[in-house]
Amino acid sequence: MNRRLIDISVTGFSWASGIVLLAAVFSIIGFLFVKGYGALDASLIFGDTNPVDALLLRKPVFDGLFPAMVGTFLLVVLSVVLAVPVGLATGIYMAEYADGAVRHFLGFFFDILAGIPSIIVGLFGFSVTVFLHHQFSGRIYPCLLISALSLAFLVLPYLIRTTQVAIEEIPLEVRLTAPALGATQLQNVCYVLIPRALSGILTGVILSIGRCAEDTAVIMLTGVVATTGVPRSLLSSYEALPFYIYTVSSQYVDHRELMTGYGAAIVLLLICASLFASAYLIKYLLTRQFQVRF
Amino acid sequence: MNRENVARRLFLSAAILSASVTVLILGFMVVLALPLFKQGLFFEILSQPWLPDSSIFGIFPMIVGTASIALLSLVFGFPLSLGVSALASTFAPTRIGFLLKKTVQMMTGIPTVIYGFVGVFLLVPIVREMFGGGSGMCILAASAMLSVLIAPTMILFFSESFENVPKQHIDAVDALGGTPVQKFLYVILPGSWRGILTGVVLALGRAVGDTLIALMIAGNAVALPSSVLDSVRTLTSHIALIIAADFDSLEFKTIFACGILLYLLTTISVLVIRVLSSKTRGMP
Repeated sequence: MNRRLIDISVTGFSWASGIVLLAAVFSIIGFLFVKGYGALDASLIFGDTNPVDALLLRKPVFDGLFPAMVGTFLLVVLSVVLAVPVGLATGIYMAEYADGAVRHFLGFFFDILAGIPSIIVGLFGFSVTVFLHHQFSGRIYPCLLISALSLAFLVLPYLIRTTQVAIEEIPLEVRLTAPALGATQLQNVCYVLIPRALSGILTGVILSIGRCAEDTAVIMLTGVVATTGVPRSLLSSYEALPFYIYTVSSQYVDHRELMTGYGAAIVLLLICASLFASAYLIKYLLTRQFQVRF
Repeated sequence: MNRENVARRLFLSAAILSASVTVLILGFMVVLALPLFKQGLFFEILSQPWLPDSSIFGIFPMIVGTASIALLSLVFGFPLSLGVSALASTFAPTRIGFLLKKTVQMMTGIPTVIYGFVGVFLLVPIVREMFGGGSGMCILAASAMLSVLIAPTMILFFSESFENVPKQHIDAVDALGGTPVQKFLYVILPGSWRGILTGVVLALGRAVGDTLIALMIAGNAVALPSSVLDSVRTLTSHIALIIAADFDSLEFKTIFACGILLYLLTTISVLVIRVLSSKTRGMP
């Protein structure tokens, strides 16, 4: 009897946890959509400006999300361009070139980098800006480039880890075939390992894009501002979606601004969800392709 | 041959560059906090209250704030995550378990700022209604929202370590006629305690390191809290809030003390996880 009671309470608790978690997630997402779906139209993005004029940068957008979306887009592209080459090369080094002790030693640094709170990475970016401002040029202020660089540091350990794991997961007989046939290490990397690990590497890159798009703590210390319009250069300040959502929640002035905040949250959520879905799709398609071939 | 060497050098220098970022981040903070060390103020700052009128800039209330929010979020999140991962990997039918795990994976993609935003407009009013008075921005609201943020980290880690329990052990329970609950309580759970501990340390790291949720819904008061309905400021929010202050002021330098503290906590948690996982590999 006692055992039956334990059985029932443990399974009951387990199902209840599942229901509570799902209820929490769906009420968070549902709340956003129920309250914010009214804000979803063309004027959410372009305000009162003609979309064609806005896209060609002929007229500035004042009441819409367009400048914030352009800012987030530029930020993501820049940080990924900065981080991917270094991350991939380091991942390849860790998986293929480093011996046990070196891998263990370097891995420790990457684990710490991966675990550092993002606000610390932002603080680092800010300190570097202050350093450059005092040492080199008084014209250097927190800006798009500094933010992108800081975000690149933030996603770097993530790219390293996914690349390393993707290569290490390749079966040993595949990893050793080309060298056994006389291929050099570099040939093995370029013609066997990278193509074979591509789905893992791409998944890592796409999820890094998601992290760059959603991160708020880093950019709020390194140059994002509430209103400035589309950034004019790499050294100017900029707007970004997540920061816009943050500012609306703390200091909205009227209903219209609040609704734009809801709209921005939905747009950001949709961007992140579609990145997530495409990462999953790529993994699925490429894995299947290799299963057929081998 | 030459090209081989160039490639090797290139990969090696990328690795050194990446590792040096980790060192540089600490280096910059220590250099900028150097005046604090020189004047012997560093440990004073860690243990004093924040009283700008008397020129006392201690971050002790922020340490307490971070600890209380992070620990309470673990109190909410740990049983929840344990239950969900048991459901996903053992109790639920395979298809439901699969769907549940996919949902949890998808949760990792939800931007933190959205949790904060929904917290401000949904959770905080609820807390205000339920407990009456105050703004509703408090430890309770922040840690409830934070527990949803850190749950996926734990759930995915727990389920993975549940699935790594040797198949023979699980088959043995089935052969002896054990119920799923007995299988879970007496074989799976004891067999995966290292994984569970690792997941908890990782989740705690996320809870301590998160900025946006605490900044948006914990209220950011600098006094020491006396109940879970009090508003607090975390170390991370403190950095975000003080960044606009004058660069040469003592007030500003305290954020580097916060930074060094958070960095040390990260390092300790990485060390703990490394020890835990190296023991697992050594096991038969």
